[in-house]
Amino acid sequence: MLLELQHITAAYGPVQVLEDVSLSVPDGGAVGILGANGAGKTTTLRAISGTVRVARGTIAFDGHQIRGRRPEQVAALGIAHVPEGRGTLGNLSVRDNLLVGAYRRKDRKQVEQDIEFLLDLFPNLRRRYKSNGSALSGGEQQMMAVGRAFMSKPRLLVLDEPSLGLAPSTAKDVYAAIRQLRVESGIAMLVVEQNANLAFSIVDSAVVLETGRSVLSGTTAELKGNDEIRKAYLGV
Amino acid sequence: MQLFIQLIVDGLAQGSIYAALALAIVLVNQATGLVNFAQGGMAVLSAYIGLAVVDLLAPAFGPGLVALAIVIAIVVALAFSFVFGAAVERLVMRRFERGDEDTAVVATIGVLTLITGLVGIIWSYNYQHFPWFFPIAQSFSIAGIGVSVWSLTTFLAVIVIMIVLQLLFMRTKLGLGLRAVADNPASAALSGLKVGRLLMVGWGLAATLGAVGGILIAPKLQLTPNMLDSVLVYALAAVVIGGLDSPLGAVIAAWGIAIVENLSAAYLPTIVGQDLKVAVPFAFLVIILIFRPQGLFGRKAVVRV
Repeated sequence: MLLELQHITAAYGPVQVLEDVSLSVPDGGAVGILGANGAGKTTTLRAISGTVRVARGTIAFDGHQIRGRRPEQVAALGIAHVPEGRGTLGNLSVRDNLLVGAYRRKDRKQVEQDIEFLLDLFPNLRRRYKSNGSALSGGEQQMMAVGRAFMSKPRLLVLDEPSLGLAPSTAKDVYAAIRQLRVESGIAMLVVEQNANLAFSIVDSAVVLETGRSVLSGTTAELKGNDEIRKAYLGV
Repeated sequence: MQLFIQLIVDGLAQGSIYAALALAIVLVNQATGLVNFAQGGMAVLSAYIGLAVVDLLAPAFGPGLVALAIVIAIVVALAFSFVFGAAVERLVMRRFERGDEDTAVVATIGVLTLITGLVGIIWSYNYQHFPWFFPIAQSFSIAGIGVSVWSLTTFLAVIVIMIVLQLLFMRTKLGLGLRAVADNPASAALSGLKVGRLLMVGWGLAATLGAVGGILIAPKLQLTPNMLDSVLVYALAAVVIGGLDSPLGAVIAAWGIAIVENLSAAYLPTIVGQDLKVAVPFAFLVIILIFRPQGLFGRKAVVRV
């Protein structure tokens, strides 16, 4: 397993947000985290990237124990977290946003090639290449955020609700691009999503969170066949 | 006509003083997203450190080597500024980083008050002479226009600093990191940037730049703990007019303020005159902010939700 969370608990002050979350992502695999608002999806991702303190449990990444490490240390190990709200650097151009993603890399030539690869994958970004991040539409910002994460050459891409605030057709485009990125790069992904249909378009398996606990997990096919899941998350 | 040109030249000289401090303010803003009201006070402290080094070395070196003593003093003062600026970030500003930006700005006013008081206790509030490489009054004239050598030095220094800053921010990796951290520290950390270290470097660089300004100005104004308080007001006006994120804008605005100030005092003696000329740049400030809130050269911060 590339990433393995075991029995994670976490709290914001006195409010317990994660009670007992366990999940794992195999190398090169893509796993979704489903759940209602407040189930602890975002907090789980924050626990991984070190932006929230974990009280108990273990987080192993690629053989390292990463619980308690600072965000920049976790990033250095190869986890790229695209946060809720996209983390856009609004006063920086699209190019600079992508270069910030590549900040720790030393292979300048390869960085330029990777930028080219991304601009081919996200043609919208090529059109807006010199614009400030804040001038981009929501969908463009999301693609830029994913692109910036990719630029760090991560082993694992952690995406927090890429469809948030996007029109349905834009959300579909974003997911199509992410899917393409997965096919071409083979990077493992952990994706939080409220819209299970979108998530199922890229993940192989998923974990369901309910009030801070992982209550169910299975492959995409298994979950699609589960009646409760169909009612709660697929709207059928 | 001759008077007009002389007023412009004087305005450029005076504006360069404002510009030196304005550039330091732009640097901190670019690197941390804040306006540092203590910038002037920190620069004055560095100038006093420089003066102390000169006072220590000059007698030992003898009169022939005063220039060497001044060079060493400047190097020591600049090194001190970098460390001091980084320390202010680490020990004071770090505590306000995650909170409200306004609170952090008020904290910088606290730092200003503290530094001014400490400097006053250590060195007194009396005027002190800061020695320079050549007599400050030295000047030459071109076609009847008097140009002070010191003013010309300051003018050129400001232009060099402006270009270096622009290159640092737009062309270097460090500059990219500083801008990213200023823009959104939490997000920058997710890309593996060492936020704390970059903030310290940003403050250190800005303090060093401010110290360059302080040391350039000290020989002319005479050193007192409050030497830069009035300059800071002009520098802030220049930064606001020129745009908080534009070194070029800040410098041009600083020159413009000083030129307008001089011209209006000379040509509108009954309305403006020497007494009211300080108000002129601020009248401009208000007018410009009404029509271009982002400043003349600043980029508009567009926020989409």
